[in-house]
Amino acid sequence: MDALGDLVGGLGDALTPQNLLFALLGVLLGTAVGVLPGIGPAMTVALLLPVTYVLEPTSAFIMFAGIYYGGMYGGSTTSILLNTPGESSSIMTALEGNKMAKAGRGAAALATAALGSFVAGTIATLLLALVAPTVVDLAIGITAADYFAIAVLAFVAVATVLGASPLRGLASLGIGLYLGLVGTDVLTGQERFTLGVPQLSDGIDVVVVAVALFAVGEALYVASRLRRGPVQVMGASGSWFTREDLRRSWKPWLRGTAFGFPFGALPAGGAEIPTFLSYATERKLSKHPEQFGKGAIEGVAGPEAANNAAAAGVLVPLLTLGIPTSATAAIILAAFQGYGIQTGPTLLTTESPLVWTLIASLLIGNFMLLVLNLPLVGLWVKLLRIPRPYLYAGILMFASLGSYAVNADPLDLVLLLVIGLLGFFMRRYGWPVAPAVIGLILGPIAETNLRRALAISGGDLGVLVESWVSRIVLGLVLLALVGPIVLRLVRGPRSTPEELQQEGTLQHRVPAGRGRGDDEEEEEDR
Amino acid sequence: MSSGVVVVGFVPGPRGEAALQHAVEECRRRGARLVVVNSSRGDALVDERFVQGEPLRRLQDELTVSGVPAELRQPVRGRDVAEELADVVRETGAELLVIGLRRRTAVGKLLMGSAAQRILLDVECPILAVKSAPGD
Repeated sequence: MDALGDLVGGLGDALTPQNLLFALLGVLLGTAVGVLPGIGPAMTVALLLPVTYVLEPTSAFIMFAGIYYGGMYGGSTTSILLNTPGESSSIMTALEGNKMAKAGRGAAALATAALGSFVAGTIATLLLALVAPTVVDLAIGITAADYFAIAVLAFVAVATVLGASPLRGLASLGIGLYLGLVGTDVLTGQERFTLGVPQLSDGIDVVVVAVALFAVGEALYVASRLRRGPVQVMGASGSWFTREDLRRSWKPWLRGTAFGFPFGALPAGGAEIPTFLSYATERKLSKHPEQFGKGAIEGVAGPEAANNAAAAGVLVPLLTLGIPTSATAAIILAAFQGYGIQTGPTLLTTESPLVWTLIASLLIGNFMLLVLNLPLVGLWVKLLRIPRPYLYAGILMFASLGSYAVNADPLDLVLLLVIGLLGFFMRRYGWPVAPAVIGLILGPIAETNLRRALAISGGDLGVLVESWVSRIVLGLVLLALVGPIVLRLVRGPRSTPEELQQEGTLQHRVPAGRGRGDDEEEEEDR
Repeated sequence: MSSGVVVVGFVPGPRGEAALQHAVEECRRRGARLVVVNSSRGDALVDERFVQGEPLRRLQDELTVSGVPAELRQPVRGRDVAEELADVVRETGAELLVIGLRRRTAVGKLLMGSAAQRILLDVECPILAVKSAPGD
């Protein structure tokens, strides 16, 4: 009841013309970057981090939240019309969605994706509002050691569960943790890994690293494999969303929400796994299993609901514990830090109006997306006609401008290029970028908590497993580390979307961070 | 005159159709072989001037029905259409190139440049420029 009251208060704050404008800007930008493969919400929020220096926090976070949700919507459009998932969480949508478009049911597929995203986003945001205060009540009692354990769980889970290879994930995490260490140690004043460069004693700015890894790395990667045949666009035509479609869609929407929210809320959730689970479930439960692989509407409705619900779920650990579990969440956390806002269990009490306005703006943004998405489909598809050289030249310019604006120090541009090259090689060799960004941002927080715990115990490591919370969480860490290896030994390699589909060939264009170009080349070879 | 080649730059739409139609007629008159070029720079994800799917099948049917020995080339090499056409003309030793023209405003031409102008300057063989039928 309390939460609902706060939420209504937040709605009141979010409904000012200025905040509505930022929400609109956010969802438009978010949808645009969601549509463009390779450019995701994480890169966009990273590029926009420097605006936090001029905007007041509420406006900035409303815009970021809009980008975050918009990205989820935008991904579905390209999945359905082009069979090119804009985001990794839209891969499952492409399976059935593109088949529907080919069968002349493109409009219905887009409609069920948009409505499903809206239903799931709204339910999940309300769940977020209800769950957040409870989680905070539970979290307020946790010690520094517990917090450290939870952070370690987030690290390990993000590195091993997401992405194709746990080893690459952990290596990427290591890079992020290392970059987070550079600078002056807060407790002892010692300089770490500064190489005697005075500017580095303040540490490497998060903006520079995030922009370098996402924007520069991606731009170099795209430039390295520029020439590629254009893909065919399916028309968004055909019969409109019918009563029959609604009857077949609403249960998958709700089931997708039920999968997405908890998975997003868990450290290491992410949006890929629930969309995968949702697709498999719908395929099993469907009354029309023969349609799967040929354009079953359930196969679009479920995964689309799941990825939006997961997006809201990710905000639970972010807002209640200060633990980011996706790359975008990590960068939003960096924005909180940029404003000097203390994240963690106290966030909801100290910054109550900000948080509730943020949650309320998610509801508003969600509604805007529903209204905007369908009429503007043509516009989004036009975006894809922008030649890549222009697009990435613009992104690189923004990246340099943003990095330079942080400290007005030319050294940041050198760092941008060096870390950008690192990002290029990570992408080239299939290392996921998300663990690096999460390591960079959450690493120093985890370190502070670890040292605080050790300072209290006088250096006794036993403090780390003193409470039950730590023991359970560290147990889960072990499980997350060992589990996948054991599973792989027992069950063989994980099944892929291709195997799930069995019949028909999915033009498997995995976006950002998963070696997109490689897959396409394989396809051309076939 | 079996060695004669007519090259046509094809884009979907009325002007492409008009160019193709004239090229087919020229081929019949000269007893020449037809080479249809539909190229893309391939640097954007979506290029609506690149024929594929259903329209591609229709184009191939059209070429078969015309009875002229025809060949379709769709180079995607990151080069613009003038370069691709000049290349094909040089390689096949074509005696004629047919292109479709569209109406352009002066400002539009200033901003975006004119592909037709570049083709006229770069290509070494005679060029037949065709406009789409009025009202199309």
